[in-house]
Amino acid sequence: MNQPASAYFIEDRHDPNETHTLAVLVQNEPGVLARVIGLFSGRGYNIESLTVSETESQKHLSRITIVTTGTPMVIEQIKHQLDRMIPVYRVVDMTQTRRSIERELAMVKVRGQGDHRVEALRLADAFRARVIDATTESFVFEITGNTDKINQFIDLMRPLGLVEVSRTGVAAIGRGPEGM
Amino acid sequence: MTDKSHDPNQMTGAAMIVRALIDHGVTDIFGYPGGAVLPIYDEIFQQSQVQHILVRHEQGAGHAAEGYARSTGKPGVALVTSGPGATNMVTPLTDALMDSIPLVCISGQVPTHLIGNDAFQECDTVGITRPCTKHNWLVRDVNDLAKVLHEAFYVATTGRPGPVLVDVPKDVQFATGTYHPPRKSDVHRSYAPRVKGDATQIRKAVSLLANAKRPVIYSGGGVINSGPEATKLLRELVEVTGFPITSTLMGLGAYPASGKNWLGMLGMHGTYEANMTMHDCDVMLCVGARFDDRITGRVDAFSPGSKKIHIDIDPSSINKNIRVDVPIIGDCGNILGDILQVFKAEVKKPDIKAWWQQIAQWRARNSLYYKKSNDVILPQHAIQSLFEATRGRDTYITTEVGQHQMWAAQFYGFEEPHRWMTSGGLGTMGYGLPAAVGVQVAHPDSLVIDIAGDASVQMTIQEMSTAVQYELPIKIFILNNQYMGMVRQWQQLLHGNRLSHSYSEALPDFVKLAEAYGGVGLQVHKPADLDGAIQEMISVKRPVLFDCRVAALENCFPMIPSGKAHNEMLLPEQANDEATAKAFAGGKALV
Repeated sequence: MNQPASAYFIEDRHDPNETHTLAVLVQNEPGVLARVIGLFSGRGYNIESLTVSETESQKHLSRITIVTTGTPMVIEQIKHQLDRMIPVYRVVDMTQTRRSIERELAMVKVRGQGDHRVEALRLADAFRARVIDATTESFVFEITGNTDKINQFIDLMRPLGLVEVSRTGVAAIGRGPEGM
Repeated sequence: MTDKSHDPNQMTGAAMIVRALIDHGVTDIFGYPGGAVLPIYDEIFQQSQVQHILVRHEQGAGHAAEGYARSTGKPGVALVTSGPGATNMVTPLTDALMDSIPLVCISGQVPTHLIGNDAFQECDTVGITRPCTKHNWLVRDVNDLAKVLHEAFYVATTGRPGPVLVDVPKDVQFATGTYHPPRKSDVHRSYAPRVKGDATQIRKAVSLLANAKRPVIYSGGGVINSGPEATKLLRELVEVTGFPITSTLMGLGAYPASGKNWLGMLGMHGTYEANMTMHDCDVMLCVGARFDDRITGRVDAFSPGSKKIHIDIDPSSINKNIRVDVPIIGDCGNILGDILQVFKAEVKKPDIKAWWQQIAQWRARNSLYYKKSNDVILPQHAIQSLFEATRGRDTYITTEVGQHQMWAAQFYGFEEPHRWMTSGGLGTMGYGLPAAVGVQVAHPDSLVIDIAGDASVQMTIQEMSTAVQYELPIKIFILNNQYMGMVRQWQQLLHGNRLSHSYSEALPDFVKLAEAYGGVGLQVHKPADLDGAIQEMISVKRPVLFDCRVAALENCFPMIPSGKAHNEMLLPEQANDEATAKAFAGGKALV
């Protein structure tokens, strides 16, 4: 045990990290997003992706979808820490329920001519990406899918003249008739 | 218009604030005026139901409100102005958050139209205090103010208690709107702390307790926060089960120190018997405590053979540091009641004689031993003398942070809850003096003593002036070793005895300082004079600074060295240089 002199107990934890998608239903009031994000930065949790929008304007409810990584103990902490915030109604671990659908939208700009341009169009077709803007030397594709699919599409576009990408981050919803 | 002017609920925002305080039964608040709260101070001036205590620094207002809250179980209230007034509240708010103290802070803010303009004395108060409050609000419309104030009191005092802050721009204080008294709908629908424990979990817990061979109860501040019923039930549970009980720093007094099942405090400077009992137990019942790092020692060696039951109102406390077997979420008073009911109905008292015999052996190590001297006052001796002199009296103790705090926890026996006010989680030097002010305001006829260190006390010494102004006869009992003792102790143990900036070269003359403030100064050097001086301190009915000169190099033992487990404590008789150096593997050689 070769730890430096410290007033704190220093130890390494070697539990493997897991990636979880959390759906958080919150009261849409000023500062609520800052509270949620502040919790993550303040306690040293990771945010891989964050999506937020008002979903029920009558009730002033917003839904935040957060993709985070951590050890099982940390993931459990994150859920509890979110749940105890005053404006938070519910926290659902979409990964744990294993009955959820995750989607992300990306807009991908590709610049090129000749064969590259044709190849980009052909791949876009295979990925069911739509052309939403075109010039004689560029396309903007819109693609929807899970994170892996979008990553794969972007990788394929790279040698074909990828210029830039804008992604929404993950939104998730449970399967079946029940709401969260 | 004419109708409204007769409506008693039509009033300015400033008037609403005072009215809401009255409606929530607040009789005393602590604060400091400034530009952005002048309308509220004008309202305070024109009424007599709420007494305002003028502090000398906003941090003092916060700690005084904390002391008030801890000693009464009611929320403490602080009123501060915008900008520096609010930033000075950050320390007490954080302190209250760490120790789960109900605190309502009302801060002034620059007028709404100036927010974001870098106006004079503007700061982003809700942004700054967001991570150090349970919740906070910026009120932009006077018609929201009543609801927010009521919600603030509700959030502060229910569930796991904590500090809240309501930021009120000056134009909202001036504006007229409609007030309404507290009502149920004032609370976020999303906020519903759980009170009742799960029945299945309670049964599991009882079955573990019933079959325990080596049980221990480990209680914390949650029992005290839960209220007198929880304390009563905890004592009954100890009586009915016959189990040994230890407590965190925050939980002292829930079970009486004179009780026969009492092991003393646990943790880094806890007793040997408490820590060994924790380490070797087979069933641990944790009630309203949170397995904090000062308690557990090395986490992977923490009580390795035990089944752990954890009662806590905050689900995020469960499995945070230590994985437990039976978590029960809810109010500990409520759950203790349920556990007792099932236990009494179905279980006969477990036979744990062998376990008590083992504990007796640990006790015999006498881990709080220290060597008295006739020449110099040992700090432990000073606390013991203070305890003997105040025993049986109506006494409240506050502390600062450091060695004196640990000695107070080790050597002052608390018989009742709410009698011990100390900064546990945040470890705020400068907490004790203003906290004593708050305690004395709540209990004007009681004996209120701040056990202090010479370094800590100087952080908020200006509140002596508050004590003098309001004739609050607080006693500040300074264990003066002319060091930041705990810093020095760690430097000795871990940093090769290089005492970097832990010595005060220019201490004030505390006797003269007391007199300068209009208080009384006492000083004692010799053990023979100690008892007499303490008696004098108690009999003086004015604020006292008691300069108790103690052995300068005494250190606080027993101790769990860093990176060690409960069963690797360093005991006082082993704390010679060589043993200490060895125990602190990784630390530098001691000089």
